[in-house]
Amino acid sequence: MFRTALRNLLAHKTRLMMTALAVLLGTAFVSGTLVFSDSVGSAFRDRMSKSLDDVAVSVTAGGGRPGTDAKDERPLDDRVVDSVRALPGVAAVRPSVSGAAVIADKRNNPAGSEWGSTGANYVPGPNGKDSRYPIVKGRGPAAEGEIVLDAGTAGKTGAEVGGTVRLAVDGPVMTKKLVGIARTDDPRVSAGGSLALFDTATAQKLFGKPGEFSELVVSATPGTDQRKLTAEVRRVLPQSFEAQSGKQLAATESRMIDEQTSSIRKTLLVFAGISLFVGVFIIANTFTMLIAQRSREIALLRAVGASRRQVVRSVLIEAGLLGLAASAAGFVLGLGVATGLRSVLNATGASLPDGPLVVEPTAVLTALGVGVVVTVLAAWLPSRKAARIAPVEALAAIDQAPAPRGLVLRNSLGAALTGLGVATMLYVTTFKNSSGLQYAMAGSVLTLAGVIVLAPLLSRPFVHLFGRLAIRLSGVSGKLARQNALRNPRRTAATASALMIGLTLITGLTVAAVSADRGMDKMGPQDLTADYKVSSSSYRGLSPEIARTLAGQPGVDAAVGLRTTGFQTDGHPSLALATDVAAIAEVAHVRMVGGSLSDVRGTSAVAVSETFAKDRGLKAGATLPMSFYDGRKAAPRVVAVYRDNDVLSSVLTAPALVDPHMDKVRDDQVLLKAAPGRAKDLPAKIKETLGGNPLVKVQSQDDLRRADAGNIDDILYLMYGLLGMAVVIAVIGVVNTLAMSVFERTREIGMLRAIGLDRREVKRMVRLESVMIAMFGAVLGVGAGVFLAWSGGHLLRSSFPQYQMVVPWGRITVFLLLALAVGVLAALWPARRAAKLDTLEAIGAQ
Amino acid sequence: MSYPAPHAVPHIPRSGAVAARATALSKVYGQGETRVAALDSVSVEFRRAEFTAIMGPSGSGKSTLMHCMAGLDTISSGSTRIGDVELGSLGDRQLTALRRDRIGFVFQAFNLLPTLSALENITLPMDIAGRKPDPQWLQQVVATLGLSGRLAHRPSQLSGGQQQRVAVARALTAQPEIIFADEPTGNLDSRSGAELLGFLHESVRALQQTVVMVTHDAVAASYADRVVFLADGRIVDELREPTADAVLDRMRRLPGGNPRTPAFDAKGRTS
Repeated sequence: MFRTALRNLLAHKTRLMMTALAVLLGTAFVSGTLVFSDSVGSAFRDRMSKSLDDVAVSVTAGGGRPGTDAKDERPLDDRVVDSVRALPGVAAVRPSVSGAAVIADKRNNPAGSEWGSTGANYVPGPNGKDSRYPIVKGRGPAAEGEIVLDAGTAGKTGAEVGGTVRLAVDGPVMTKKLVGIARTDDPRVSAGGSLALFDTATAQKLFGKPGEFSELVVSATPGTDQRKLTAEVRRVLPQSFEAQSGKQLAATESRMIDEQTSSIRKTLLVFAGISLFVGVFIIANTFTMLIAQRSREIALLRAVGASRRQVVRSVLIEAGLLGLAASAAGFVLGLGVATGLRSVLNATGASLPDGPLVVEPTAVLTALGVGVVVTVLAAWLPSRKAARIAPVEALAAIDQAPAPRGLVLRNSLGAALTGLGVATMLYVTTFKNSSGLQYAMAGSVLTLAGVIVLAPLLSRPFVHLFGRLAIRLSGVSGKLARQNALRNPRRTAATASALMIGLTLITGLTVAAVSADRGMDKMGPQDLTADYKVSSSSYRGLSPEIARTLAGQPGVDAAVGLRTTGFQTDGHPSLALATDVAAIAEVAHVRMVGGSLSDVRGTSAVAVSETFAKDRGLKAGATLPMSFYDGRKAAPRVVAVYRDNDVLSSVLTAPALVDPHMDKVRDDQVLLKAAPGRAKDLPAKIKETLGGNPLVKVQSQDDLRRADAGNIDDILYLMYGLLGMAVVIAVIGVVNTLAMSVFERTREIGMLRAIGLDRREVKRMVRLESVMIAMFGAVLGVGAGVFLAWSGGHLLRSSFPQYQMVVPWGRITVFLLLALAVGVLAALWPARRAAKLDTLEAIGAQ
Repeated sequence: MSYPAPHAVPHIPRSGAVAARATALSKVYGQGETRVAALDSVSVEFRRAEFTAIMGPSGSGKSTLMHCMAGLDTISSGSTRIGDVELGSLGDRQLTALRRDRIGFVFQAFNLLPTLSALENITLPMDIAGRKPDPQWLQQVVATLGLSGRLAHRPSQLSGGQQQRVAVARALTAQPEIIFADEPTGNLDSRSGAELLGFLHESVRALQQTVVMVTHDAVAASYADRVVFLADGRIVDELREPTADAVLDRMRRLPGGNPRTPAFDAKGRTS
């Protein structure tokens, strides 16, 4: 039987090619994921062991240690460093201080990402060099006016060594001289951040207090016990600092790396699993077709004495061999996938280190095992059909089309599953929060499974309807295509289902993302009528001077500074917004409930929002008791109430009321209205006016809205990419079905050619069948995706009230057009084969 | 069902016009050492409203002759015509259109599309051409072939004889200039075979069709007006108003001629 299986496999190489390709791609995804996560883990570990190589003890700021009651607020200064250095077994101590330093690029925007703009001190060792930051050009910083940058950031500023760099830490712009370029493998920098190095005194002044450090790295002489040394270091540390041994640190980091890589691995394996699942349909389809084509052979085997079990085993061995060959090739392709995944994920913001591909034996075995098991399992149902072939069929004179088996059982099961799934999803719509998540998952799986089981039934009305269109467009080719698509509803349905799975997920995610995006839009500053918002990345805010300066600029109609102060009223913390009340209407849409904003003047009158008024039981004319955080109190009168507004807070006052209670009078933001026609060139001018400080952010209304939405799009496109494999495999399935159908129908096609169907019409016939299958899958997928996204979306109602279901018709149209294109593309090769068939040979073919 | 016995009335073709003609037709396979001439300078004419049988032993080239004359196969030299159209000058598209519009086919097996009903199969060539069948003619053909009650059936619901009759109806309904039938009774039992041959005969007699049939069954050939004998790629003999015995007699004298008995032959195949 093994030999028969092998012979069969080799005899049908071309026919099995597409199936092998489907298995190959699926296992490539699996093995790619495994190799990728192994490689990333190993690269992380590699880097970690390098950076922790000579770390015996690490000292960082941390919560107070238990057991010591005495308050110890000593800073981590040179005295502590010296006492650590004096401990026996200590070889060296590297004290460091770091913080955020924003470097201005050529256009005065931050050169690095918001979270990756780091600054630190350069710690020269005995040889005058800092081994942590090798200088590749120039020298290390040695004086207050000097700075060293990483190569990427230096490039963005446009400064050469010897030139000047503009930067800000949390306040005004500083200018420093670039004296060198340093190399770093800090992942934050490689992920789009920037690194700035200063001499220790400067760094302390910028990021801490003179003479104080934030971190120590202690290296030990050989043979020192790390644990003992850690305990000793801990003893000399101030209470607010924590010491960890290098080994502890390594263990902690190693655990974090494992967690991180295993979560990446799990996520990717979900998508790989989807691809494999789609592949199952293709494998099952192929073996069903192969067994139908070979029924006479199988009957002959049975007639000469093969048992049912031997026949089944032969089919399964054939599937196993196919799976093994395909997954071996898939593993090789997986190495390429692993390389590709790194760049794909890095492009979407993950910062994964470079490193060699690591091929663990488990990855090889898993990939091969998964490929073989999936193929054999998928061939299992068809193999049982082979067992049912009676020996007498070998003797039948004419190939009789097997009587189509009834779909009654299948349809009943499908209806039950679909009904249960839809009912579950409808139940999900009664939830308001994620507590219904498990129901939603179960409902989605049930609905999808039900639709897949029901697909043969559903294919009939769809193909009839679509066939009517096809017949109108291309006459007899359309009619023949329709009949071919109807001929074997199981085959049509299985092929379409493969495509449906991918499209359901893609549509569902798209609907959710577009709806979330729309919700975000609503969350955006609806009441903002200003063109720009000027703010500072630094917590120190903007000097009130800035609003006045900007208001005087040509092209600016209004510039209104807004500042917020906290206060308590009857013990409830709240926020008061102080601004030029007369000008606020120019930059925000304010609707009054009662009173007038023009009465909000001086220190004795405030306006409040409708909700605040209701919550606190305030009416116009009432007194609002305010106790500020400087300990003083005020009791202004409520003179006006406005509708809730997302620019204004709960309480609106004139600056005179709150300014005296502020530590330092700073605006949080300046809202700016441009003169008509001047909106375009304002951002650059504003930046210039404010001295080119990279901390100053000028955001248009669009920027403000897009700040969050951009992220959703990135994730959505990543999902599209990962689901792309499933769609590609489904397309291969369409090619496979068509190619095998063309093979099966060789004689029919020959006959059609003889009685006058020309090559173009034969091609069109195959192409239309392909398009019908693809469109059927797409329509099912889009329908299921929209339904699942609609019902599942209800779970967001409480946590994201602005979320509102939006059907993205534009994108859905694009999906359907793509499915159309997929149908046409998938038919290219099978249609060509069909058209090229030699008429005479085809008629004579068995 | 009854059908006229062959040659109860001698049949004289109404017009002497030629429906198809081959002139010095050769068909060569292979080259050099392996060169085989399937047809060696064959010249033959088929007249309108005449039923011609092409006979010959296996490998005599009879199927090749039919395929070449019907535009299904290319020729090596010489010329073939359907009516006044020279086939050699036509491309694939034109040949396809010619087959569709001017030729009818009946094959030994697999004549019908399993997905279409009998009626849809019958009108398929006209569907392809985008023409509407003449309803009166269609009804006459269907009635003649005894298919009236079977039109909505799928091929799998019809007997072998009925399936071949649907194939004949398909060939007749388009009113082609000539019908080529390749061993049409090859897969039928003798009763169904006789029935089918009777219909072909009748279509020539009553409907003025032109039929060319390839066969190696002497009884089948005896239904024709004329039998052309082929051996080793050449026309070696011809017989008019044949009887089964006369055909068998000629066959025995052919080089390589060794006709099998009709009963055995009913399931045999030539190609």
